[in-house]
Amino acid sequence: MSEHPDADRIKRELEARVNVLESLVVEKALVDRKALDAILELYEHKIGPRNGARVVARAWVDPAFRHWLLTSPDQAIASLGYTGRQGEHVVVVENTPDLHNLVVCTLCSCYPWPLLGLPPSWYKSAPYRARAVIDPRGVLGEFGVTLPESTQIQVWDSNAEVRYLVLPMRPAGTEHLSEEALAALVTRNSMIGTDVLGAPDATAEVMR
Amino acid sequence: MNGVHDMGGMQCFGPIEQEVDEPLFHQAWERRAFALTLALGTSGCWNIDASRFVRESLPPVLYLEGGYYRIWLEALQQLLHRANLVSAAELSSGQAQPTAATPSPFKRLEAESVGPLFARGWPSTREARSPARFAMGDSVRTINHHPATHTRLPRYARGRTGTVHAIRGVHVLPDTNAVFAGEQPDWLYSIRFEASELWGPDSTASCVYLDCWQSYLISLDAGRSS
Repeated sequence: MSEHPDADRIKRELEARVNVLESLVVEKALVDRKALDAILELYEHKIGPRNGARVVARAWVDPAFRHWLLTSPDQAIASLGYTGRQGEHVVVVENTPDLHNLVVCTLCSCYPWPLLGLPPSWYKSAPYRARAVIDPRGVLGEFGVTLPESTQIQVWDSNAEVRYLVLPMRPAGTEHLSEEALAALVTRNSMIGTDVLGAPDATAEVMR
Repeated sequence: MNGVHDMGGMQCFGPIEQEVDEPLFHQAWERRAFALTLALGTSGCWNIDASRFVRESLPPVLYLEGGYYRIWLEALQQLLHRANLVSAAELSSGQAQPTAATPSPFKRLEAESVGPLFARGWPSTREARSPARFAMGDSVRTINHHPATHTRLPRYARGRTGTVHAIRGVHVLPDTNAVFAGEQPDWLYSIRFEASELWGPDSTASCVYLDCWQSYLISLDAGRSS
């Protein structure tokens, strides 16, 4: 916590502890530093919400892929190459005008890594984990999202090894856009369920 | 375990803090702790459920105040120590001591394996050894249990009635795997709980879906034995 008076001291201590731990496990040949570099390369440069956005855009332009994605998500996603750790078993849930989906992990912070990358801090935070399951409409309000009262909100608590991806609604006025341009409109939060996508101009400004 | 990690439905934590243009890691040490946790997590000396159990067993104030990677770091040190991969003296001094050979299940992650291994992941599905007891549409009630060990049935959904929405296949059971009592794979179901069943009138959700292992569920359909 940055406002904590001891924040700097704690930071220095943790920095030192991790350095000591890393040197120790490397010296004991339990860890290869090159493997650490490879892991960081993967999550810092190769895996992120653009992967999920490409899945969503493909589903918007290709009805056969959309059907495949909703019925056999693991195979459909694997066809685009976004498989792996914390995305071994994926279920895709589709938003409609009547039904909005929101994803949370109340017990820890489970998240579809191969599709969305590492979770943002708010997703891992107590306020989100606690309230998403009881007051999703209030939570959405904090994200600036107001849904019609007639829209039902269903919440997916990722308490097992199944990971959930929200298929957001395609924004109006995007009929002319290419798959690539559509993917650029898809925000990370829209695939968690804490964002709804507006017309292209509005989304470009926010890029959540 | 009835711990602070099981926070679904709590209302005391204040507003959700969102960070604009959030970096992947906020501190250099978080980046190292993340990579170390993932690398050592492939060692075969523990499993993801054991990791979660250690994390949720940390002191509650630390769990709530420490932040995500602080929790990971504390848990990693405990897991290394419990697996006899490092000693308490080594952890405090940082000096490797001549010790017995590395415990046998240990397998070091090599850099060239990272790509293929992480792209394959660690599926929790296992082969079915018996037919699924429940079918889509069945009415079920969750058990009311309060084990002092790991479980993935959150408190807010214990002793509650729901409907089988989907069958997810046979998955490793975290409750036993977390305490090294075997994977004991079991059928997993997506269960739909109406929000009113979970929260009475005090919810803005229409329903909440949870994945529940067969052993978490009791049949409510007449004529079907549970």
